[in-house]
Amino acid sequence: MWSDILRRGGYALLVILLVTIGVQALMALAPGSVAEVILGEAATPEAVAAMNAELGFDRPFFVQYFDWLFSALQGDLGTSPITHIPVTEAIMQRLPVTLELAVLALSIALLVAIPLAVLSATFPNSGLDRGINAVTSAFLSIPAFVAGPVLVFFFAVTMKTLPALGWTPIEEGLGPNLRGAILPALAVALTEIAAFHRVLRADLIGTLREDYVAAARAKGMTGTYVLFRHAFRPSSFSLLTISGLSLARLIGGTIIVEALFVLPGIGQLISSSIIQRDVVTVQGVVAFIAVGFVVINMLVDVGYGAIDPRVRRGPRARKAPVAAKARTTQGKAVSA
Amino acid sequence: MTVVTRSISSVSGQALRGARTGIPVVAPAKRQWSVLVWFSYFWIGLVVFLAIFASVLPIAPIDAVVGPPRQPPQLGSLDTLLGTDGTGRSLLSRLIYGGQVSLVVGTVSAAGGVLVGTILGLLAGYFRGRVDWIVTLAADVLLSFPALVLLLAITSIFSPSVPTLLIGLALTSTPTFIRLARANTMAWSSREFVRAARNMGASDTRIVLREILPNVVPTIAAYLPLVVAALIVAEGSLSFLGLGVPPPTPSWGGMINAGAAEMRTSPYLVFVPATVLFLTVFALNQAGEHLRLRFDRTLRD
Repeated sequence: MWSDILRRGGYALLVILLVTIGVQALMALAPGSVAEVILGEAATPEAVAAMNAELGFDRPFFVQYFDWLFSALQGDLGTSPITHIPVTEAIMQRLPVTLELAVLALSIALLVAIPLAVLSATFPNSGLDRGINAVTSAFLSIPAFVAGPVLVFFFAVTMKTLPALGWTPIEEGLGPNLRGAILPALAVALTEIAAFHRVLRADLIGTLREDYVAAARAKGMTGTYVLFRHAFRPSSFSLLTISGLSLARLIGGTIIVEALFVLPGIGQLISSSIIQRDVVTVQGVVAFIAVGFVVINMLVDVGYGAIDPRVRRGPRARKAPVAAKARTTQGKAVSA
Repeated sequence: MTVVTRSISSVSGQALRGARTGIPVVAPAKRQWSVLVWFSYFWIGLVVFLAIFASVLPIAPIDAVVGPPRQPPQLGSLDTLLGTDGTGRSLLSRLIYGGQVSLVVGTVSAAGGVLVGTILGLLAGYFRGRVDWIVTLAADVLLSFPALVLLLAITSIFSPSVPTLLIGLALTSTPTFIRLARANTMAWSSREFVRAARNMGASDTRIVLREILPNVVPTIAAYLPLVVAALIVAEGSLSFLGLGVPPPTPSWGGMINAGAAEMRTSPYLVFVPATVLFLTVFALNQAGEHLRLRFDRTLRD
C-alpha cells in the first residue's frame, strides 16, 4: 500500500509541476505586459520596458518560472503589482468563504441525494424510481447561473425570507452567516445531486443482490434493518469517492455564484484579477486551485483503500477490481 | 465548474456486480421510449430547426425594436410572443438567434474535442506503454484546471470572441474524449478479431483505423449530446460573466445575465431564457443518456 501511495504522490507532483508551467505559459502568451496595465496606455515604450525589468518580467521564461516555483514552495506566491497585496494573503483571506460554500453545497446535495437513492434502490425500476430519476436529471440540467437568479426571485424577491446578496462573516453569528450562504450553496448543489443519487442507487441495488443480504432477509430481519445495517455501509464507498471529487470541483466552481451573490471568495478573486489583468494573482490562484484539486484527488484515491477493508487487503480482494473500475469511470467524469 | 459531462459520473459498473451471486438478474424487457425521451428528441429537433432556419423565419431582426421595453409575454404578434427585453427587442428572435450561437459553439467545439481526443485516446489505448503514459498525463493535467477557471483565463488573455471560445471549450472537452476513446480502445484491442487481423499480417494503422475505430465511434457519438450540453452550459456561464460571446450577438447566458438585473420588476426576462436553456440542456442530457445506454460497451463488459 505504501509503494502505491508513493507512486501516486510522485505522479501527482509531476501533474502539479506541469499545471503550474502551463499556467505560466498561458500568462506569457497574453498580449501586453503587466507594466502596460499599470502605467496605462499613454506610457512610453521605455517606461514600460523599465517597469517590466523592475518587476522581473523581462527574464527568460524558465528563469521566471523557477523563481516563482521556489518562492511558491516557501508559501510565497508573489505580490500583486496592481493591488500590492501578497497573493497568499489574498487567497487565505477568501478561502474560508469558498470552503464554507463548497462544504455547505456538498452537505445539501448529500442530504437530498441519500434519501432519494435509498428510495430508488428499495423499489428499483418502479414508477417511483423512474420519477426520482427524472427529477434528478432535471436538477442536473439547472446550471448555477440559471438556479441562482431563479432562487433569488423566489426566496429574496417574492418571499423576502433570505438576502439576495452579500456575505456575513461567521464571526458575526452563525444565523446571519447561514442565511447569506444558503441560496448560493443551493444554486451550486443542484447539479451535484444527480451524480450522487445515481452512484449510490446503483451500488445499493448491487449490494442488495448479495448473498449475505438474502441470508439476512431469510433470517427474518426487516427490510429497513437490512437496508441500513447491512447494505448501506458497503454501498457508500463510491459515494464517498465522488463526494471528495465534487468538493474539489466546487472549490473552483463557485465563481458564478460568487459573482451573482457578491461573495468575497476565491472565485471573485479570480474574476476580478482577470478583469484587471493582474497576471501575478491569476497565476497564483489558478495554481492554488489546481494543486488543491490534484491533492484532494490523490487523497480520495488513496483514502478509498483506507476506508474499504476489502480493497486494503490487497489486489486479490474480491471487490478490488470492481472498486477500481468504478473509481476510474467516476474520476473521469467528475473531474472533467 | 465542471462542466464537462457531469452526468457520465452516473456510470457505475457496479450495477452488474451481483450478476453471479444471490438473486438472479434477468435482463429487463426492451422498454418503449419514455415520454421524456420522445420529448427530448422533439425539443432538440425543434431547436435545431429554428436555429438553421432563423434567417428565413418571419421574426424580427435581433436588434430591431418591436414594441415598448419590458413587455411581458403575450399572444398576438409573433415578435412579442415571449415579451420584449430592456430596450424593446423581441425575446423570441433573440432566443432563436442565441440558440444558433449556443448550438454552433457547442457542436463545433465538441467536434474539435472529439477529433483530438479520439486520435490521442486511440493511440494511447492501442500502443499502451510510453505513449499511453504521456497522453494520460496530458489529460490529467488538463483535468486539474477547473474548467471554468481555464476558460476564464483563456478568454481573458485572448479577449472574448467566438474563436477563442471555441478553442477554450474544445480544450476542456478533449480529456473526456481521450479517456473515453482510450478505455474503449483497450476493451476492443483484446478481442479475437483484432488478434486475427494481426495474425493475418495487418499493419497497426490498418488495425486501428479499420478494426478498432469503427467500434469506438458509436460509443463516442453516444456521449456527444452529453458533452454538447455541458459545453452549452459552459458557454452560458461565460456569457453570464460577460466573457462569452461578445454583444451585440445574443446568447442565452448573456440574456439571463441582463435579465437578472431587472429581476424585481420583470422576472420573465430571466424565466424565459432560463426555461429555454434548461429544456435544451435537459433534452440533450436525456438523449445522451438514452444513446449511451445503447452504445457504450464499457458499461456492459
